[in-house]
Amino acid sequence: MLTPAAVAAPSAIIVRANPLAKLAAASLIAGLALSSTDWALGLTLLVIEAALLPLTGVRVGRFLWRIRYLAFAAFTVGVVNTVFATGGGGTVWFDAGPLHVTSSDVDNGLALALRVGAMAIPGVLALATTDPTDLADALIQQLRVSPRFAIGALAAFRMLPLLAGEWRLIAMARRARGVDAGWNPVRRLRLFASTMFALLVGAIRRATRLATAMDARGFDSGVPRTHARIRRMRGGDWVLLAATAVACLAVYVAVVVSR
Amino acid sequence: MSTLELRGFSWRHAGRAAHAVRDVTLRVEHGERVLLLGASGAGKSTLLAACAGLLAADSGEQDGEVLIDGADARTRRDRVGILFQDPETQLVMARSGDDVAFGLENRGVPTADIWPMVDKALSSVGFDYPLDHSTHALSGGEQQRLALAGVLAAEPEVLLLDEPTANLDPLGAAAVRDGLSRVLEGRDTTLILVEHRVGEVLPLVDRVVVLEPGGGIRADGTPQRVFAEHGASLAAQGVWVPEPWSSPPGPDPARPDGSSSGDTRLRAEKVGVRYPDAPRAALTDVDVELRDGGLLAVTGANGSGKSSLALVLGGLLAPTTGRVGVEGGPSARPPHRWRAPALARRIGSVFQDPEHQFVTSQVAEELALGPRAAGMSETDVEARVADLLEHLRLSHLARANPFTLSGGEARRLSVATALSCAPRILVLDEPTFGQDRRTWGELVDLIAGLRDSGHAIAVVTHDTDFTDALADRTLVMEGGRTC
Repeated sequence: MLTPAAVAAPSAIIVRANPLAKLAAASLIAGLALSSTDWALGLTLLVIEAALLPLTGVRVGRFLWRIRYLAFAAFTVGVVNTVFATGGGGTVWFDAGPLHVTSSDVDNGLALALRVGAMAIPGVLALATTDPTDLADALIQQLRVSPRFAIGALAAFRMLPLLAGEWRLIAMARRARGVDAGWNPVRRLRLFASTMFALLVGAIRRATRLATAMDARGFDSGVPRTHARIRRMRGGDWVLLAATAVACLAVYVAVVVSR
Repeated sequence: MSTLELRGFSWRHAGRAAHAVRDVTLRVEHGERVLLLGASGAGKSTLLAACAGLLAADSGEQDGEVLIDGADARTRRDRVGILFQDPETQLVMARSGDDVAFGLENRGVPTADIWPMVDKALSSVGFDYPLDHSTHALSGGEQQRLALAGVLAAEPEVLLLDEPTANLDPLGAAAVRDGLSRVLEGRDTTLILVEHRVGEVLPLVDRVVVLEPGGGIRADGTPQRVFAEHGASLAAQGVWVPEPWSSPPGPDPARPDGSSSGDTRLRAEKVGVRYPDAPRAALTDVDVELRDGGLLAVTGANGSGKSSLALVLGGLLAPTTGRVGVEGGPSARPPHRWRAPALARRIGSVFQDPEHQFVTSQVAEELALGPRAAGMSETDVEARVADLLEHLRLSHLARANPFTLSGGEARRLSVATALSCAPRILVLDEPTFGQDRRTWGELVDLIAGLRDSGHAIAVVTHDTDFTDALADRTLVMEGGRTC
């Protein structure tokens, strides 16, 4: 099921940090990961990220489940760049027509796979430890994002789990009507399209009702909005950013410059 | 002080031929509590939206005026609060406190004042959870009370309620009415309430206004006077007129009582359901037997597993444990493994929301779908469709789009679709939910007829009048178990 809430333990310090500070720190790390194609950098970053995981309050199981697609993507990037890279030097390990794998191809593929992981994991962790409401608050108050957009998106996000349940119900209702596709791919596609249409009709109806209810509570009043909770950068947020910057610099010097 | 006045108000939604509201003149004084009645389609919801200033001038054609203290309602929206039917589409935020604060933020209330106002609104409706309690984790009745707190936080002088309990189970509805009476006590808020189930809300109001479907107002006065003079005609229109002005719906004495139920048609043994990721099983060790000519009522609070049981009995959901066997099935396999056409010929399911079941864009097509999938000849299909249309009084709508039907018509069509393949077993989820009295009576007659012609029927319902009228056995669910 889709859960719009953060998955971290609410007691973890990082959960209370400013969402924008967390995203900025994650971007710093991503930037560092992009700075070199050396596999040692990706590996170092991944090791550090793994070591810091307990501090985020995200349970290992939940974390691995969250990055399952990312892991697959990194793996694919690695394999494709190893197998289909052309013109790599070094020892030839495997040669069969168009497939030509050399030691430098493997080096290269491994580095790219590690880089994808090292780059994306900080972002995954930043979002996993951030409540969407807090992110919307910070976007509106600190980055001056339009409340119409940010709160609209937040409300829509809240509806997602409802749609997942709705999809199951509509699919079952179709079956109860004597409609199924069996193994026929064309009928499968048509059934999928008709289920999707019914889902959309319902979703639009819901969204209209929600929009009316929001406007009835003054969302479109044009009065400048106030905020129930003030979001700004606090001391701890600056410490987080500074610590990340220093750590990134240290890793850069130790791993990239020294080689 | 807030007086609400409609002067010759009419409204036609853009693109519609007929008026939604026609020629209504009405004055509601400050502090009056009005119950607004009328047949379905009489324009009650449109009228409330107009009073809330929510009908944008460019979204339709207006005659007359809607005034709050002499000014157009659209310019006085900050004085009006409106609560709608469906709690799911009123809550905006993920945390309860934030949701109440939402309306205050919109109106520019200073940050320091917001949380005290939130606390006050929440305690006024009797909402006991902490501010950061997830709005997803609330029951329907709790969600609706939270939505009411969100409306009240801005301290509206006029409160409009559009069927606030229609989507709730009896317990949730009672809690919301309780919250309402607490809120209204000691305040002089002007109130307009739309509600089908009149009896329960009568203590909240001191005036009843009845809209005439063709336009204008049919009756206006104290509840006693209006129901004494118009009770019978209102009941005929589908309004649930309370006692003593109308007799309660009860079992028709001419109807057999169903005690003549026969052989077992479907048997579910030790059935359990657990959804992936769910903290606990939805259903545990439930035994059910459906007999020919018998009607089993399944009751219990929301979340007690009733709907999951209906899906298992309907062959739509695979039980995680236990087994379901059907007399006369296409194979020894359980129903959830059957192909859809084979299933539809043996078990008909009627879902709570009729629109989930509609697949085509025409009422007649909708009824032809199942028989055609089952391989019936075209002449037989036509005869079956004509028969069903007539039996369920849908003939005049044969060419209409199912998604444009009224609540009662959509319900009749969804029952007709389940009957189209002539199954011997019927599973209905809340068939009478939210129906007006006239449709209710039709459904009771229809289902009684099906039972007496030998169908094996299971009905999931909160409706005790319905259970009293038709059920020969009742199964009470609690926490996924029978008790």
